[in-house]
Amino acid sequence: MALKRQVGLKQGLRYKGGGPMLVWMLHRISGIGIVLFVGLHVLSSFSSQMFGLNLAKSVNIIYESPAFQIAIFFCVLFHAINGLRVTILDLWPKLIEYQREAIWVEWAVFIPLYSLAVLVIISTAAGV
Amino acid sequence: MEKTKSKSLPLTKRGLNFEMLMWIFTRLSALVMYALILFAIIGALFMGARYQMNLADLMRWGFTPNVTHIQNTNVPDVAPWVTPLWKVTACLLVLVAVAHGIHGLVVIADDYIVTPRGRQIVRIISILLVLLMSFVGVFVIWTS
Repeated sequence: MALKRQVGLKQGLRYKGGGPMLVWMLHRISGIGIVLFVGLHVLSSFSSQMFGLNLAKSVNIIYESPAFQIAIFFCVLFHAINGLRVTILDLWPKLIEYQREAIWVEWAVFIPLYSLAVLVIISTAAGV
Repeated sequence: MEKTKSKSLPLTKRGLNFEMLMWIFTRLSALVMYALILFAIIGALFMGARYQMNLADLMRWGFTPNVTHIQNTNVPDVAPWVTPLWKVTACLLVLVAVAHGIHGLVVIADDYIVTPRGRQIVRIISILLVLLMSFVGVFVIWTS
């Protein structure tokens, strides 16, 4: 098979892709995270509305925990901002020349927004 | 800097297969989701969210404008929040998001499952998942 990969895990980890590779990996991980969260959320709502199960309530306890909110908000915010960058670069291919700068802009938008959100989540949880 | 000639084929010779269409769909659906979420948030602000909701609840409403998402807020009358406009907005958001998300899973799976048979199985499962989650999502929104 021509498609067979020749790269092992160790080799893959040693690959120095830098910033673009990091956001590519985070985009995948956060995407899987969102699919799992939204899928579970929709299915648990369905089960409680359709069969009156308490599944949604017990799952909600997990959703409302600060640690889970910090994790899922990372996934959603990062996926949204990085997705916007990818979309803009792909729809205007001439901008690809500036893709490293675009990634710096992306972090400059993401880090303040996410820090603020984490601060709000923690202060709400602490009841301040 | 010397200008290098583009290696990409002209559009007429590239062909337009399903994968190419889904590649475009992934980009456009991202923009559509941005538009729908902004629409829901601006609509909520018009309906009085400035005084009745905190930021977290506003975002919860934005990601899917479904009435169960405003249960714990100070909204006095939910009637304007359950109009068909918001149900249709929420359904559109769910349908676009399910297609975007499941196609994303297929793209990731293709990097690890490389045999034609395996990829065929991935596609069959993904079609079933899209149908199931679309149905369940729309059902939840219209019956909540």
